[in-house]
Amino acid sequence: MTTDPLSYDGDRHATADDLGPDAAPAAGESLTRDAWRRLKQNRAAMVSLVMLIVITLTCLFGPYVLPWGLSEVDWNAFTASPSLEGGHFLGTDANGRDLLTRTLYGGRVSLSVALVASLVSLVIGVLYGAISGYLGGRVDNVMMRFVDIMYSLPFMFLVILLMVVFGRNILLIYAAIGAVEWLDMARIVRGQTLALKQREFIEAAHALGVRDSRIVTRHLIPNAIGPVIVYVTLTVPKVILLESFLSFLGLGVQEPLTSWGVLISEGTDMMQSAPWMLLVPSVFLAATLFCLNFLGDGLRDALDPKTR
Amino acid sequence: MLSYTLKRLLQAIPTMLIVITISFFLMRIAPGGPFDGERALPPEIEANLMAAYHLDEPLPMQYLRYMGNLLQGDFGPSFKYKDFSVTELIMQGFPVSLEIGGLAILLALLLGLPLGVIAALKRNSTIDYLVMGTALAGIAIPNFVIAPILALVFGVLLAWLPAGGWNGGALPNLVLPVAALSIQQVAYIARMMRASMIEVLGSHYIRTARAKGLAESQVIWRHALRPALLPVTSYLGPAVAGIITGSVVIEQIFGIPGIGRYFVQGALNRDYTLVMGTVVFYGALIVLMNLLVDLIYSALDPQIRHDD
Repeated sequence: MTTDPLSYDGDRHATADDLGPDAAPAAGESLTRDAWRRLKQNRAAMVSLVMLIVITLTCLFGPYVLPWGLSEVDWNAFTASPSLEGGHFLGTDANGRDLLTRTLYGGRVSLSVALVASLVSLVIGVLYGAISGYLGGRVDNVMMRFVDIMYSLPFMFLVILLMVVFGRNILLIYAAIGAVEWLDMARIVRGQTLALKQREFIEAAHALGVRDSRIVTRHLIPNAIGPVIVYVTLTVPKVILLESFLSFLGLGVQEPLTSWGVLISEGTDMMQSAPWMLLVPSVFLAATLFCLNFLGDGLRDALDPKTR
Repeated sequence: MLSYTLKRLLQAIPTMLIVITISFFLMRIAPGGPFDGERALPPEIEANLMAAYHLDEPLPMQYLRYMGNLLQGDFGPSFKYKDFSVTELIMQGFPVSLEIGGLAILLALLLGLPLGVIAALKRNSTIDYLVMGTALAGIAIPNFVIAPILALVFGVLLAWLPAGGWNGGALPNLVLPVAALSIQQVAYIARMMRASMIEVLGSHYIRTARAKGLAESQVIWRHALRPALLPVTSYLGPAVAGIITGSVVIEQIFGIPGIGRYFVQGALNRDYTLVMGTVVFYGALIVLMNLLVDLIYSALDPQIRHDD
């Protein structure tokens, strides 16, 4: 492939330090650095960020440290309450399986669903919104009308229908949830694109004969990324919630896999005799959702030019 | 106004068509059929049954027939509850779901609106922080966590209220499910009401009203409240959708014989017609509620006129 000067220009726009339409004037501070500085001043957001990192690392590495396996049965401890002596710090379930271990494994599934499904919604939403906004006119009209119709569909129920018909499959959960959550993202990116495409650097790219597809991917999308980041942090808790909701109803992930929703559902059945089975996964789920909400709010304040 | 209503009703038709079409074809590609039992039926009997339910006709024919039946309010026979039609099951469950759902919306408004107004009037006071902190908790903790914890605390530990069951809709049986269903919406409504009230209180005409010497109570009741209600009104559509979705888990947790329970049971039993009927029913309900909310909104906002 021959390298033309334009592709170089495109790369420059795509660097991490160049995140917004007002990014990086020579003397000033880059948007990323400015946003990071503002975020650091927000104590709730920073505590949340640290908590999230801790929860993620614990879910990732905790199971290697703990002596119990995901489905390992301790024949001496059925429905054991939390204690330090027995080695089951947070108790066991009705089948004698260590609850902390299961909660951490469940966290891996919940967090991975959050990550993948958010990524799916991100890719669909950003591409759809950027194309719609960039092409404009009749295409934009049709594409946005389609989004309007999708908005009014009772999606939760269609997702459940999908799970019923195709069976419970973790790949399907990724795809189905991602396919549900891209609508807001598409609207946000379209709005950004409409504003950006009037600007000189897009005009310049046009004048130099850059292809439309390249303008969208190299110039428009990287410059619309600020609001997108904010929206992704707000999408992640929604996705976690959706997955837990499905799993709670018995339509999500299946044995031997587990997730926070599955564990909460099992805990609900056992709450009279073993309340810790309900409380432990609930606390993990609620803490994660809490932190994500705080972090999302903080990021919005940090990245929103209006609050400057 | 009338022509606007008609226009919106016409716009709802393609949405409903999409819902019905998706559910119909998903049902048809689903593995298994209505007559798969423990033992295989003799081929003659199966052929007779297929003919009786018109399952031997070509697919487009079946699709049209299903549409025709739907228009007459007939959702077809249930696959599992052999003696009931889906319409009968929905009609059995709907009054129950309507009761807890309606009460939950009412409670959300009765609690959320005053809380939001008080928080806005006492901005940055202890009350404000208390209300907003609780609201954040209400948003971050999903209802399928709140519901079992409520049942555990008030139903089992304190034993003030029944932890589950319907008992013909007796008041003690209503309290916990309605509370669990409305908490999230109370939180959202309080937050929105606070934000919009603060915005309205900062506007020029409120300053004018104060300047001409109106009593503070008059300023709030006569001038500030109505415009501040507008954003909350437009949130009612999503709120209703949220309550309907939430009722699916709440009915499951408290063992309430509403549509949501039939829906989940149907999904787990692969009772395809029941699941599909519920999806279509809920879809129509959500579309209808959105229309209703838009009409209320335009009645409240003098800037919107639908005379054309």
